[in-house]
Amino acid sequence: MSLLHVLGFGVKIGNFFWMLCCWFVSWFVDGGIEDKSSLLAGSVGDPEKTKMTTMKKKNKMWFWNRISSSGLKIPSFSYQFPGSVKFNKTFWRNVVIGWIVFWVLVSIWTLWYFSSHAMEKRKETLASMCDERARMLQDQFNVSMNHIQAMSILISTFHHGKFPSAIDQRTFSEYTDRTSFERPLTSGVAYAVRVLHSEREEFERQQGWTIRRMDSHEQNPAHKDDYDPEALEPSPVQEEYAPVIFAQDTVSHVVSLDMLSGKEDRENVLRARSSGKGVLTAPFPLIKTNRLGVILTFAVYKRDLPSNATPKERIEATNGYLGGVFDIESLVENLLHQLASKQTILVNVYDTTNSSQPISMYGSNVSADGLERVSPLIFGDPFRNHEMRCRFKQKPPWPVLPMMISLGMLVIALLIAHIIHATANRIIKVQEDCDKMELLKKKAEAADVAKSQFLATVSHEIRTPMNGVLGMLHMLMDTELDVTQLDYVRTAQASGKALVSLINEVLDQAKIESGKLELEEVRFDLRGILDDVLSLFSAKSQQKGVELAVYISDRVPEMLIGDPGRFRQILTNLMGNSIKFTEKGHIFVTVNLVEELLESIDGETASSSESTLSGLLVADRQKSWKNFKAFSSSNGHRSFASSPPDINLIVSVEDTGVGIPLEAQSRIFTPFMQVGPSISRTHGGTGIGLSISKCLAGLMKGEIGFSSTPKVGSTFTFTAVFSNGMQPTERKSDPQNNNQPIFSEFRGMKAVVVDHRPARAQVSWYHFQRLGIRVEVVSCVEQALRYMKTGTGTVNMILIEQEIWNREADAFIKKLHKDPLVQSPKLVLLAKSVDSSIDALSTGIDPPIVIVKPLRASMLAATLQRGLGIGNRETPQHKGPPALILRNLLHGRKILIVDDNNVNLRVAAGALKKYGADVVCSESGIKAISLLKPPHEFDACFMDIQMPEMDGFEATRKIRDMEEEMNKKIKNGEALIVENGNKSSWHLPVLAMTADVIQATHEECLKCGMDGYVSKPFEAEQLYREVSRFFNSPSDTES
Amino acid sequence: MEKRQFRDYTISLYHQGFLDDQFTELKKLQDECSPDFVAEVVSLFFEDCEKLISNMARALDQTGNVDYKLVGSSVHQLKGSSSSVGAKRVKGLCVTLKECCDSQNYEGCVRCLQQVDIEYKSLKGKLQDLFNLEQQIVQAGGRIPQVDI
Repeated sequence: MSLLHVLGFGVKIGNFFWMLCCWFVSWFVDGGIEDKSSLLAGSVGDPEKTKMTTMKKKNKMWFWNRISSSGLKIPSFSYQFPGSVKFNKTFWRNVVIGWIVFWVLVSIWTLWYFSSHAMEKRKETLASMCDERARMLQDQFNVSMNHIQAMSILISTFHHGKFPSAIDQRTFSEYTDRTSFERPLTSGVAYAVRVLHSEREEFERQQGWTIRRMDSHEQNPAHKDDYDPEALEPSPVQEEYAPVIFAQDTVSHVVSLDMLSGKEDRENVLRARSSGKGVLTAPFPLIKTNRLGVILTFAVYKRDLPSNATPKERIEATNGYLGGVFDIESLVENLLHQLASKQTILVNVYDTTNSSQPISMYGSNVSADGLERVSPLIFGDPFRNHEMRCRFKQKPPWPVLPMMISLGMLVIALLIAHIIHATANRIIKVQEDCDKMELLKKKAEAADVAKSQFLATVSHEIRTPMNGVLGMLHMLMDTELDVTQLDYVRTAQASGKALVSLINEVLDQAKIESGKLELEEVRFDLRGILDDVLSLFSAKSQQKGVELAVYISDRVPEMLIGDPGRFRQILTNLMGNSIKFTEKGHIFVTVNLVEELLESIDGETASSSESTLSGLLVADRQKSWKNFKAFSSSNGHRSFASSPPDINLIVSVEDTGVGIPLEAQSRIFTPFMQVGPSISRTHGGTGIGLSISKCLAGLMKGEIGFSSTPKVGSTFTFTAVFSNGMQPTERKSDPQNNNQPIFSEFRGMKAVVVDHRPARAQVSWYHFQRLGIRVEVVSCVEQALRYMKTGTGTVNMILIEQEIWNREADAFIKKLHKDPLVQSPKLVLLAKSVDSSIDALSTGIDPPIVIVKPLRASMLAATLQRGLGIGNRETPQHKGPPALILRNLLHGRKILIVDDNNVNLRVAAGALKKYGADVVCSESGIKAISLLKPPHEFDACFMDIQMPEMDGFEATRKIRDMEEEMNKKIKNGEALIVENGNKSSWHLPVLAMTADVIQATHEECLKCGMDGYVSKPFEAEQLYREVSRFFNSPSDTES
Repeated sequence: MEKRQFRDYTISLYHQGFLDDQFTELKKLQDECSPDFVAEVVSLFFEDCEKLISNMARALDQTGNVDYKLVGSSVHQLKGSSSSVGAKRVKGLCVTLKECCDSQNYEGCVRCLQQVDIEYKSLKGKLQDLFNLEQQIVQAGGRIPQVDI
C-alpha cells in the first residue's frame, strides 16, 4: 500500500519534472533558434541558406513542439478526457527503450571518458617522473663525466706536461680517493698511457713491470675473488699498448693491464682518442664486483687540440687514456634514493645501441602494466644510445569515481524511464478505463433503451387483453342491469381501467426518470376521483374488514384543473400500500386545503385513540408533513406562495397497518426498494409506487412525506398545487348542477347520524352532505331520538353506525316502538362489510337499509334510492352507455373517411355505418379536398395521417385554407350563406385517424387545424368522446 | 356438426394467433345491411397483401440500392390493414419487418418478407376454409354461431 503511495508520488514528481524539463527546453530551444535564425536571416543574403536554416528551425521546432506538447499533455490526461487523442502504447514503449539505450550509452561514454582522462593523467605523471629521473641521471652522469674530463686535463698537465711527472700512482690514488665525492657515480678511475711498441721495453723498465693483457680474466669471470693480477700473461707484442699506470685504490688491480688488449676497452680507447670526447662502453659485468658497469674513457692529448682537429691528428696527439668505471646500478639506485615516491615507479635503464637487443643496465624485469614511458638518456657519447623506461609499480586503481558517476546517471535515467513508463502505463490504463466506461455507458444506454422497449412491449401485450375485459364490461353495461349490478360492473371497469392506467404508469416511470413526463391541464372532479379510487379498493377492504373512508373538506372546490390521472396515481399508490399492510382498523383519506390545515394546526390536539376513525391509534399525522418546505419555512403563516387561483391541496392517507420499520424509513422513496425481501413475496408489488408518487408530487409542485410508527400505522401526506376549475359564474351556486344530477332527488332530506366517533361521523356527514341531505350528528341513540322530537322538520333517515347498532339495536327499536314518531324515519345501517350485516333483526319494523362502506356518492345514492323507493330506473339510461349515444349522435350524419388503405377504409366505414352514419370513402387526400370544397354536405371528416402523395396534415391544412377563404367571402357577402342557417361559417370537424397515440402526434394534429384524433381501430368510447365534442346531442339538432 | 366444427376452427385460429379481437370486432360490424362485410374486407386485405408484398419483393430484388423508404411505406400500409382486419401474425411480422427496414437490415427484410408471404397465404387458406364452413352452415339453413373467445 505504502509502496503504491510512494510510486504514485514518484509518478507525480516525475510528471512535474518532465513537464518542467520540456517547458524549459522548449523555451530555451525556441528562443535560441529564434535568435540564431533571425541573425542568420538578417546577415546572410543567400536565400538558399536562409531557407535551409528556416527549414531546420522548423524541424527542430516541430520536434520540440511535439515533445513539449506531449509533455504538457501528459498531466492533463488525468484530468480531462482526451477527445480524439489516442495514447499510443508502442510509441511510449519505444520512447522508454530509446531513453534507456541513450542513457546507457551516455553513461558508458562517461565512464570511458573519465577513465581515459585518468589514464592520460597517469601517463603524464609517469612521463614527468620518468623524464625527471632521466634528467637527473644524465646530469649526475654529466657531472661525473666532466670531472673525469677535468681529471684528464689534470693528468695531461701534471703528468705529461711536467718532467719529471708530478703524479705517481700514490698521488693519483690519493687524489682520486679524496675527490671521489665529486664523482659519485664512478666507482673508480684509472689512467692508461699510450705506449708504442718501440717504447715498450723502455717503459717496462721505467715502471718496473711488464705490460699484461687482460683477456684471460674476461674469459673467466667466475674467478673474480681469487683474481690474481700476477697470473696474467704479459701482453703479446702489439703495435701500441695502453697499460694502466695510475688507478684509484678501488680499481688498483687494473694497473699494468693493457687496455687495448680488452675488446671493449680497446674499442673504447680507439674511439675516445679519435673523437676527443668521452666514450662509453657497453655495460658489462665489472671485474671483481661483477656488477654491471660502463667504462667512460677520455683521451689525454699531448697538446690542446682545436675542436675541428681530424681524428688522425687526434690519434697522433694522444698521450694516454683516462677511464672511469661507472657503476650504473648503484648509480641509479642512489639517484632513486634521493627522490621521493620511488616506490611508485619501476625504472629500467637500457643500452639501446643495438636497438634490436637492448642491454639492461638497471632494473628488474618484473612485468607491470602496459603503461611505459621511455625517456632517452644522453650521456654525451653519440655512438651509444641509452634510454630509461619507467613503469608504475602498481596497476592503475579502479576508476571508482567515474564508475559511480556513470552508475548514478544510469540509475537516474532508469528512474526517469520508470517514471515515464509508469506514467504512460497509468495514462493508458486511465484511457482504457475511460474506454471501458464509455463502453459500459453505451451498454447501459442500450439497456435503458431495451428496458423502455420491453416496457412498451409488455404494457402493450397487457393492454390488449385488458381491452377485451373492458370492452366486455362495457357491453355488459349496455345490457339491462339493476343498480347493484351496475355498481359492480362499474367497479370492475374502474378497476380494469386503473390497471391499464397503472401499466401506463409503469411506462411513465421511464418518462419520469428521463424527465419527459408532462402533466395534463384538465378540469376534473376531485371527489369523483376519490370515489373511484375508493371503489377500487372497496372489495379488498371489505374482505379484510378494514374501514375505508374519505373526507374532503368542503373548502376544496368541486372542480380543479390539473392532472387527474397523476393525482389518482399517487392516491392509488398510497392507498394500495396502506391496504396491503393493514389488517384491521381503518384507512382514512383526508383532503384539505393547506391553508385550512395551517389555520387549525395550533388547535389540533394530539391524536388520541378515540378521535380516530376506527378507534385504533394512528401515527401522528402532523409529523408526516413536518419536513415540508412549505410548512417549515416560517411558522405556518401563509408562507407558501399561493397565488389566488392556485389551490394547495394536502392529502393524507392514514392507516392502522404494521407501519414501516425505522431502519427502512430512510429509503422508502427509493425506486424498487421495499422494506424487506419478504415483503414482495407476501404482499407483491414492485416497490416502484412510492418513488413514482414522489416524482409526481414534485411535478405537481408538492411534496410527499410520511410518519410511521411500527405496529401502529403509517400516515402518508402529500401536497399538490392545482388551479381552481370552478368558473367564477357558477361558483358555489349549486354544487350539484352539472355533474351530479342524479342526486337531486335527495335534496332537502334530513338525516341524523348516530356515531360516537367524531372522525367517522364527519366522514358520514360529508358523504350525505354531498347528496344534498342535511345531516345532524349525534353521539348516541338517545340524543338522536331527542333531536327528532325537538327538531324542526321531519327527519327522513337515521344513520346508525354498525358498531352502535350491534350494541343497542334492540333498545333503540324498542324505544322507537314505544314512542312512535309522526313519520317514522328510515333506518340506515352503515356497515363495514357485507357479511357482518344485520343480525338479530327484530320484527315489526322495516329492515334497515344497509350501506356497506366505503361510502361513496354513487353507491350511496343508488342504495338509498333502492331503499327509499324513490329511485327511477331511467336514470342510467338518461346518460346511457357510449354505444347508444354514439348511435344517437352519429345517426344520419354524413361523414367522409379518408384513408389510402382500402382495408382500413372499409373497416372504419363499417364501424361508423354501424352507428348509423352516412359514410363516404375517399382514398387520397387530394380527392378528399375536392370533395370537401365548401359548400358541401359533410358533417365530419376522419382523416388518416400517413398517406402517400398528400398526408393528413397537409390535406387538413388545405381544407382549412379553403374554409378560411369561404368564410371571408361569406363575411363580405360574396358567397351565399348556406341554407343550413346555422352554418354562418365553415369549420368541418376533422379527426385524425392514427395508429400511434403519441403526444407529439396529437399536438401536431392540433397544430395543423385538426380537431382531435381517434386511434385505429376505433374504440367506441374514444370515438364518442371525440365525436361528442362536435355534435350536440341529437335531440338538439335533429328533433 | 358443422357449427361445432366452425366453432372449433374459429377458436383454433384465435389460439394459434392467426387472428385477434379486431377480427371479432369486424364480424360485429357485419349485419343485415352488409351481409358480406367480412368477406369483402378480408378479400380486400388479401389483394392489398399481394400487391404490397410484390412491391416489397421487387424493391428488395434490387440488390445494392434497395429503396428502404418504399419498403417502409409498404410495410406500414400492410401493418395498418392487417391490424384493421385482425391478422395478428401478419401484423407481428410487419412490425419486425418494419424494424429490419428501419435498420436497413437487408437479410432481415428478405427473411421477414418471406415469412409474411407464407403467413398471409396460410391465413388466406384458413380464412377460406372458415368462409367455406360458414357457407355450408348457411346453405344448410343454419345460423352462424357466435363464437366467444
